[in-house]
Amino acid sequence: MMFNLSAYKGDVSLIDGEHCVTYEMLIHKSNAIAKAIGNRCLVFILCTNTPASIYGYVGTINNNIVPLLLDYKLDNSLLNELLNTYKPDYLWLPKSGRHHFSGMKCVFGDDGYELLKTCYEEPVSLYEDLALLMTTSGSTGSPKLVRLSYDNIRSNTESIVSYLNIDAGERAITSLPMHYVYGLSVINTHLYAGASLVVTEKTMFQREFWDMVKTQAVTSFSGVPYTYTMLEKLRFFRMNLPSLHTLTQAGGKLDPELHEKFARYAMERGKKFVVMYGAAEATARMGYLPAEYSLAKAGAMGIAIPGGRFELSDDNDNIIDLADTPGELIYYGPNVSLGYAENKEELANGDEQHGRLATGDIAQRDQDGFYTVVGRKKRFLKIFGKRINLAEVEHILRQHFKESEFACTGRDDYLFIFFVGGDMDEKIKSFLVEKIAIHPSALRVLSIPDLPKNAAGKTLYRELEQYYDL
Amino acid sequence: MTDLEKYTKVFAETFDVNESEVEKLEYQGIELWDSVGHMSLISALEEAFDIMLDTDDIIELSSFEKGKEILSKNAYGIKF
Repeated sequence: MMFNLSAYKGDVSLIDGEHCVTYEMLIHKSNAIAKAIGNRCLVFILCTNTPASIYGYVGTINNNIVPLLLDYKLDNSLLNELLNTYKPDYLWLPKSGRHHFSGMKCVFGDDGYELLKTCYEEPVSLYEDLALLMTTSGSTGSPKLVRLSYDNIRSNTESIVSYLNIDAGERAITSLPMHYVYGLSVINTHLYAGASLVVTEKTMFQREFWDMVKTQAVTSFSGVPYTYTMLEKLRFFRMNLPSLHTLTQAGGKLDPELHEKFARYAMERGKKFVVMYGAAEATARMGYLPAEYSLAKAGAMGIAIPGGRFELSDDNDNIIDLADTPGELIYYGPNVSLGYAENKEELANGDEQHGRLATGDIAQRDQDGFYTVVGRKKRFLKIFGKRINLAEVEHILRQHFKESEFACTGRDDYLFIFFVGGDMDEKIKSFLVEKIAIHPSALRVLSIPDLPKNAAGKTLYRELEQYYDL
Repeated sequence: MTDLEKYTKVFAETFDVNESEVEKLEYQGIELWDSVGHMSLISALEEAFDIMLDTDDIIELSSFEKGKEILSKNAYGIKF
């Protein structure tokens, strides 16, 4: 069992508006879902930041049933692709999305969610330690999943609880989606510690969000780099939020200037600002910058979490011992996932990673032992905290616009699409906005006469940089 | 261009809709007006009118109509 919830029976686990859910009620509600499902099998959960969505997660993970957490807003064709690939036994989803699955029978329902039995006849074989499946790139709907074990989740949760000092008195607000590993880690750590979660779908641009932060005396919230850009715009530094004492950041590198501003704010107000580093492939967290260093080491990612270890590796796989020398960041720890799955058969696979993850990030270590991420080995961007694999976007575009050539590049929060061909900027833009749920303000679509290529026909992305100034 | 025309244009461009459709726009009423879209809208309004909105006003600006009300306040001095 993942969470020993009965230890906190009478305490409040979830707060939803005026409504409090005790740990006892959480046990009862989540076990009822597990009971309706019965045996160990695969369940897709279409996630929202609501108590019912959390009941579904806790019910499955705590009862040896394997959930795949997905965004309830995921494009329908992408969802269908995942359904056809993995053939789950059940779906736990908001009632409002039920009409898309009229062929499936509802066998249980609670609090705005329904449990649908699918009609796939082939049983799915699941590896015995497999606990949870997460997408690597929520928005492109790639069928590639990360396989996480019970040990992965337990060790990462314990590690985060210890370095952030999360105790039963904490009260976090769900400012990130739960199908996202960072959002899920907030839920995991708080339930593990017997703390409370203010559960809301409201965003920080709604009065109700800040009202909740104040009236419910929220103690912490979490955000991706873009969240902090927005908070600054919202004149966050002028807000009076006495109960709020911890701000965490992950999901991409925060602009060093902004890092410094928030670190200074936190220091002056006696709050903690904790910059963190992680990936779905490591359950959630790999590194963090202890709050007391957040100003002195602004721009750095930090040190490995308790129980983990970093190494830097050069192109010949030799370990780099010198300070301030960039190399690929390698992480070792019990929270490194079992591996990926790209089809249903691979859900039966065991541990393929053996506790080692090559992150694809280029980092360097200073003389005090703090790591800073300086670049990326693989071609992907973070757009508003979501990882976008550039090769995948190119693939999706080529499949749809068969006549054209594409090259995708850019930097975080700016995705540039270069294409060869006529007047179709708008078509490409609206296609991508819908297909990968990316905000158009992050997209630049440019037509160019030819894609720069080398003799072997590989696109020379460097040469595309002349078209943009970032 | 009148202030109303300017205001209408900002909404139409930010959310990629026709100027005739802006009046019924609301936060989270269309896909593009999410939190990211909201920030683009605020930046565009601040730039177009050369103003700096207060936190409360940024949060309260939850529809086309509500925005007119907020910008008409003395602090911003915009007339519709």
